[in-house]
Amino acid sequence: MSLFLIAALPFLGAVFPALLIRAGRNASASAAGMTTFLAFVGLLINAPAVMRGEVVTARVDWLPGLGLNANFYLDGLGFLFAGLILGIGLLIILYARFYLSRQDPMGQFYTYLLLFQGAMVGIVLSDNILLLLVFWELTSLSSFLLIGYWKHLPEGRQGARMALAVTGSGGLAMIGGMLILGNIVGSYDLTVILQNKELIQASPMYLPALILILLGAFTKSAQFPFHFWLPHAMAAPTPVSAYLHSATMVKAGLFLMARMWPVLAGTDAWFYIVATTGLITMVVGAVIALFKDDLKALLAFSTVSHLGLITMLLGFGTKIAAVAAIFHIINHATFKAALFMSAGIIDHETHTRDIKRLGGLRHLMPITFGIAAIAALSMAGLPPLNGFLSKEMMLEETVHTTWLNSPYLVPGFALLGALFSAAYSFRYIGHVFLGPERGDYPAHPHDPPVGLWLAPAFLVLLVVLIGLNSATIVGPLVAVASDAVFGGGKPPYYSLKIWHGFTPALYMSMVATLGGVVLLMGHQRLERIWNALPRPEAKVIFDSMIRALTGLSQAITNSLHNGVVSRYGMIFVVFTVGLAYYAYATGTIGLPTRISLEAPLLPIIGWICLVGATLATVYFHRNRLLALVLIGVVGLIVSMAFNYLSAPDLALTQISVEVVTMILLLLSLNFLPTQTPVDSSMARKVRDTVISIVAGLGTGALVYALMMRDFAFPSISEFHLANSYKGGGGTNVVNVILVDFRGFDTFGEIIVLGIAALVIFALTESVLGTSVRARLLNRKPNWPQSGDAHPMMMVVVTRVMMPMALMVAAYIFFRGHNQPGGGFIAGLIAAIAYLMQYMASGFTWAAERQRFYYHATIGWGVLIAAATGLGAWFNKVPFLTSDYGYIHIPPFEEFEWATAMLFDTGVFLAVLGAVMLALESLSRFAWRPGIASEHPMDINPARDDPPEESASVNTQEKES
Amino acid sequence: MELLLATAVGVLTAAGIFLILRRRTFPVILGLSLLTYAVNVFLFATGRLAVNAPAVLNKYEDVAYTDPLPQALVLTAIVISFGMTAVIVMIALSAYLSSDDDRIDMTAQDDAGDDA
Repeated sequence: MSLFLIAALPFLGAVFPALLIRAGRNASASAAGMTTFLAFVGLLINAPAVMRGEVVTARVDWLPGLGLNANFYLDGLGFLFAGLILGIGLLIILYARFYLSRQDPMGQFYTYLLLFQGAMVGIVLSDNILLLLVFWELTSLSSFLLIGYWKHLPEGRQGARMALAVTGSGGLAMIGGMLILGNIVGSYDLTVILQNKELIQASPMYLPALILILLGAFTKSAQFPFHFWLPHAMAAPTPVSAYLHSATMVKAGLFLMARMWPVLAGTDAWFYIVATTGLITMVVGAVIALFKDDLKALLAFSTVSHLGLITMLLGFGTKIAAVAAIFHIINHATFKAALFMSAGIIDHETHTRDIKRLGGLRHLMPITFGIAAIAALSMAGLPPLNGFLSKEMMLEETVHTTWLNSPYLVPGFALLGALFSAAYSFRYIGHVFLGPERGDYPAHPHDPPVGLWLAPAFLVLLVVLIGLNSATIVGPLVAVASDAVFGGGKPPYYSLKIWHGFTPALYMSMVATLGGVVLLMGHQRLERIWNALPRPEAKVIFDSMIRALTGLSQAITNSLHNGVVSRYGMIFVVFTVGLAYYAYATGTIGLPTRISLEAPLLPIIGWICLVGATLATVYFHRNRLLALVLIGVVGLIVSMAFNYLSAPDLALTQISVEVVTMILLLLSLNFLPTQTPVDSSMARKVRDTVISIVAGLGTGALVYALMMRDFAFPSISEFHLANSYKGGGGTNVVNVILVDFRGFDTFGEIIVLGIAALVIFALTESVLGTSVRARLLNRKPNWPQSGDAHPMMMVVVTRVMMPMALMVAAYIFFRGHNQPGGGFIAGLIAAIAYLMQYMASGFTWAAERQRFYYHATIGWGVLIAAATGLGAWFNKVPFLTSDYGYIHIPPFEEFEWATAMLFDTGVFLAVLGAVMLALESLSRFAWRPGIASEHPMDINPARDDPPEESASVNTQEKES
Repeated sequence: MELLLATAVGVLTAAGIFLILRRRTFPVILGLSLLTYAVNVFLFATGRLAVNAPAVLNKYEDVAYTDPLPQALVLTAIVISFGMTAVIVMIALSAYLSSDDDRIDMTAQDDAGDDA
């Protein structure tokens, strides 16, 4: 099966459990299990090739410009990890089906689990470090969902947040490190990077890259001092803990160190950072684990300790140590997953995980006892179980390691760690299962149904089998995986077997086991001392750090962002002007190369009007209605200027937009205050005046300098002029650019316009749903209302003008491709034609006669434009490629027909719908019940008005 | 002609910025409109100025054409700026109707009100 499919399957399958939960919990669990099983089978299909030492690849260029390629590759290391992730994933899915209660939303659980699984598989199969980073962050996010799965528990939420904060920030550091690495090598492909050991280690950026990458790995793998998130993540349901902390999440960091081992390992920096951190983590974790009373906390700290052990082995930098690390990864995954599951069973059946409340369970829960005991003995490192083998290898390696010239330091501490490790493993058996039966269990303990113990039992079987016959069962797997870690080269001599003779490691093992028993016997006394000792509480420290950080960022935000919007505007303008001045002062500017056009009288008059109206707008801006009239003058002159300066399309657009905008602003002024009160002090006004004059001078000078010089680079406009007719079939180049050359831009723009209109509609809906509506209904108008709200003259005129206006719109639309016009302008004109009816005859009258929804008009517009674009695909040309031809229908002149016109129809409809929806929404503020009377608007010459006439006739009769 | 256009853009920009720095919604909307004019004319001017040379191809004789590209860009900019103005007007209106206040600046009391 293709690697793409293996990586994608969990993501694709994640939909099904959430959907199928309606069909029952079994259906949901089966969907999750089926997905994982398929991916697992797909992986196994590749097994023969991997076992032969081949590397399976799948490559697709995704964003080659960024060096981001969707390349996957599967070697021994990836195969081992993917196998662990998918295999243990299957067992977890089975276990979780029986573990979760009816109240837990199981569909969600499996969806999260599959998302996480997909992200993990993605990490271990990625051949591109950028892709790997994407998956890496995805694991942080999806594990957040899993850890916080029990949303109702505060511990769950806090634990999830903590895990996300720690692993997420580590991930950020790692992004930096990976980018540095990619920069050194000049490629983001892992396979390329892994072949450049000398280049990377000789680079001065090696150390920063190493530290950053290790930060990512250490946070993920819960290495000291980042280990504290892991125990808090235990608030998750046990299946999650068993999955995340045995085979997957925390192993991601180890995977990364193993993956980068060929290029990063072997230096002093690597040895002292990685091996030391691992050693400290191993000892600290083991010591704390012995004094934890919560079963899952004990296992959590033991996980921390074992992760430290593997990290230390990788840190040694020798090949044989790397083999031991790989071997221990397998062993730890098997016994730790089984242990977590057994802890879950105990919790499930006795309703407590507190060791102090347990004991004597061996007769009550014999199956669980068997599973837990074997797994725990393996964790303690007792022969003939698999934990013994890798622990022996580890101890053997420590004996050969000198740390700062001291040959005893590393073995000494490793022995201490192993000793405590044996002690807490024995405690897990002794204090839970052995001892006298008690009468005060919170629930009566008994063995669980087979669904719960099957998965751990299978794992324990593996523990025993690997221990007895490791060379056959996992030997080849360890060999190919370790080979992938070395990145080729001659494998070291090692043998996976129980008996190596009387080696130092064997003596150390014996000491550790005996010492473990002794420690456990003195546990009560030790615990009293431990409890009396002052210890730093990681959560308190973490919380106070987070509080300090939030406080700091709030302080910065509040001081910069104090809600005074006019100040932001001021800072923005000043800063922009400063930047522009900096560019001007440091750059060079050539002499003018163009001759100024002469200015006849007409533009001078226009200029005077424009400047006068603009200044008057500012001067009179407190009188809002007057300011509106004045700004209308500005808009008119701008459109005339466009017309004068050879831009007829712009002039048409500007003038129609002007009309619509004025109506909009007038409508809004109906509700807003009519006057702007004086808010600013004199000093402030002077300051603002100075700022705006400087900005205006700068902009004016810039545009003047620009216009007086020719293009610095050849313009692409020549192409458009040359190809407009040949390629686009139209002589109006501006319109051809809009609907053809840059049709994709236009397509985006009509979507934006449509979204803006929908935003307006949604805002209106939400505002009118509040108490605002009542206030609007009881509002006193700003101005005295006109006695005749719908003057008959205006009603008649707009009725007459409506078909004419629509005809103009159609004319402008059809000629658009060859003459000034087109969909944008036609849409605006048609909108104005409709708006006239609203204004003259009133909202209610017009709305009643409206036969189409404006939302749908926008939607149709966008759809038609998109369909036109898609049509190009059927001719095997790219999206939005236009075509044109000539049609001759006998009585008419031959005319041209271009697909661009269909696209322009889409533009027309979208613009029409957007403008209408915006203004209609706004006018709904003014609506009130009972204001509309059909009578004055229903202009019908044939109508007779009996009530009024008869009334007048009656009075006449009476008088006469 | 260039000088006229440049000074006009300068005046429009200055007026627009002055109004944007006011403290009520309506002047800010007016200022944004003025600034929109300035920006559109600025963009248009990057095609350099020409009189009587619209970019409509003439089949019969060879004539000079103005630069069509900035025009196409400005055309959509004008329409989009209408959308933008409409959204801002609606936000201003909704804010005023909901709070009976058309000031754009938050004050210390507003902050206190948010926390409560």
